[in-house]
Amino acid sequence: MVPQEPWSATRAAGIIAEHTHLEGATLPILHALQETFGYVDEGAVPLIADALNLSRAEVHGCITFYHDFRRHPAGRHQVKLCRAEACQAMGSDALHAEILGRLGVDWHGTTSDGRVTVEPVYCLGLCANGPGALVDDLPVARLTADGLESALTEVAS
Amino acid sequence: MSVTLYVPRDAVALGLGANRVAKAIAAGAERRGLAVEIVRTGSRGMLWLEPMVEVATPDGRIAYGPVTPGDVEALLDAGLAEGGAHPLRLGRPEEMPYFARQHRLTFQRCGVVDPVSVLDYREHGGYRGLEAALKLDAEGIVAQVRESGLRGRGGAGFPAGIKWNTVMLAKSEQKYVVCNADEGDSGTFADRMMMEGDPFNLIEGMTIAAIATGATRGYIYLRSEYPQAFATLKEAIANAEKAGFLGADVMGSGKAFHLEVRLGAGAYICGEETSLLESLEGKRGIVRAKPPIPALKGFLGQPTLVNNVMTFTAVPYILEHGAKSYADYGMGRSLGTLAIQLAGNIKHGGLIEYAFGITLREIIEDFGGGTQSGRPVRAVQVGGPLGAYFPDHLLDTPLDYEAMAANKGLVGHGGIVVFDDTVDMAKQARFAFEFCAVESCGKCTPCRIGATRGVETMDKVIAGTDTKRNLSIIADLCDVMTDGSLCAMGGLTPMPVMSAITHFPEDFERGGQMSVAAE
Repeated sequence: MVPQEPWSATRAAGIIAEHTHLEGATLPILHALQETFGYVDEGAVPLIADALNLSRAEVHGCITFYHDFRRHPAGRHQVKLCRAEACQAMGSDALHAEILGRLGVDWHGTTSDGRVTVEPVYCLGLCANGPGALVDDLPVARLTADGLESALTEVAS
Repeated sequence: MSVTLYVPRDAVALGLGANRVAKAIAAGAERRGLAVEIVRTGSRGMLWLEPMVEVATPDGRIAYGPVTPGDVEALLDAGLAEGGAHPLRLGRPEEMPYFARQHRLTFQRCGVVDPVSVLDYREHGGYRGLEAALKLDAEGIVAQVRESGLRGRGGAGFPAGIKWNTVMLAKSEQKYVVCNADEGDSGTFADRMMMEGDPFNLIEGMTIAAIATGATRGYIYLRSEYPQAFATLKEAIANAEKAGFLGADVMGSGKAFHLEVRLGAGAYICGEETSLLESLEGKRGIVRAKPPIPALKGFLGQPTLVNNVMTFTAVPYILEHGAKSYADYGMGRSLGTLAIQLAGNIKHGGLIEYAFGITLREIIEDFGGGTQSGRPVRAVQVGGPLGAYFPDHLLDTPLDYEAMAANKGLVGHGGIVVFDDTVDMAKQARFAFEFCAVESCGKCTPCRIGATRGVETMDKVIAGTDTKRNLSIIADLCDVMTDGSLCAMGGLTPMPVMSAITHFPEDFERGGQMSVAAE
């Protein structure tokens, strides 16, 4: 995972300026901000609104509509566990209970050491080899609780 | 002389350790002083065999799989580089029954070529469809698509030729071609496999569409859950631009087509075309009321052709080989091939491209080999989270838009999810409502409120509270959602719910004996 920078309004303004020429620039900007800072800081809302000639409400509405955008920093690694039907057919519900129990978190939660944030997703396209997960950008098929630990070790190295 | 080995970089293969396998091969070959070139391909789609490694030999490619990093040393010792004997040796992939039985028109190159090499694509017949299209006028291209019988593969099954014709005839300074790559249905991965394994096929299909409709700009709206596809598409687009297949002068035709890939942000509803367009414009992904249709007023209010990945990628074949060659496959009004995705609790899951008309049972039993768990199949969900659950007696239904509809089901995006006899259908019905509640855009009441009331009422059924009355409330609620919702999200959520209640009534009458779905 790319190391994240602390929030900086100046840096954010620069990132926004790189994207304003795009048609429908809001989502590319939000993705770029989140990639840089790990989340979309509240301070970005007026900057985006000014740059794109939108109201703050429109920008706020956009950020809160999409599951991907975080309004607070996450753990160092993001684990997305697929909760959709194909993974359910392979016992994902019980597996998720085990994983959440081991990590000591609920959905959307971050472990107390700040290492891992767990998010639910609905389908990663690994449906013939479920249960599936995405650990940062690394897909994991035929997921087990131990397999998740190995994947976390792999992305950390 | 260097030996060429092929290791997939498809997300499933990566998820099963393909990168570590590739590293182990490189290291093992180096230790042996063996010169190898490792080409990272997409997947052939026999997903239970991933990572499936192939080696080029004088007798063609020889496959081995599933290969773990721990197998590599033994494989190299057994003469992997020459196609040597080993328990994991599968022989020529084209001759494996699972593969040989298929009708690979759209997926002909997936798993074969280097996905980001224009040269490799050309050498395997790529861009012949575009060459053929450039010899026709716009009407001629649209006529080919119409006569092929191609219908929108995203789920709705709308005739592609009619849509293309509408955009072609629309008058505007700026038109757009948009690819719906927001493949959110559980049990589907054909779009992902194509974008990771043969992205130029999509680029070529969109370019043909742009030339036919007069669009000069295009977007691929890709879901963010597919980071590998995103990277591959960006690289492929850049390479196509460099090679003159995209940009100001497509293949020296004087026609421009600029293509860009955009990421969604985790919203299932953005697979609905109007919601997708709102999102692409940078707004909340709220469904638009139709009319106006996107073909006339789409992205930024301009005429826009929106098709699914599988629709666009069928087009190069049609233009190269002619409409009839495609329409010769299939049955009734469902012509051509369908990319069937076999998933869930299944022994041999994967991508099966086959002419419309094959039955669910043939796919699940002949291709799939039954469940992964070895237990009997109890329910099969076809067409994603908005598709019906079918019991055993409906498995002889052919995959055909009309035949599926006649049995109150749908083809959708061609995903088939198999469940064994441990499935609790009341829990599945509850999940359908829950998913709708999580993913509803919130614009129309039947969907926004109905989904939540559905979860609450299903909880009562599961708890055994006044079961009969609550099931009749659910049936009534489903009628309202079906008739009153603005789009398919609310309109089709009743399909999994009611099919579960209709075909598996025993699971809804065991009040209080089952646990409520884990939260």
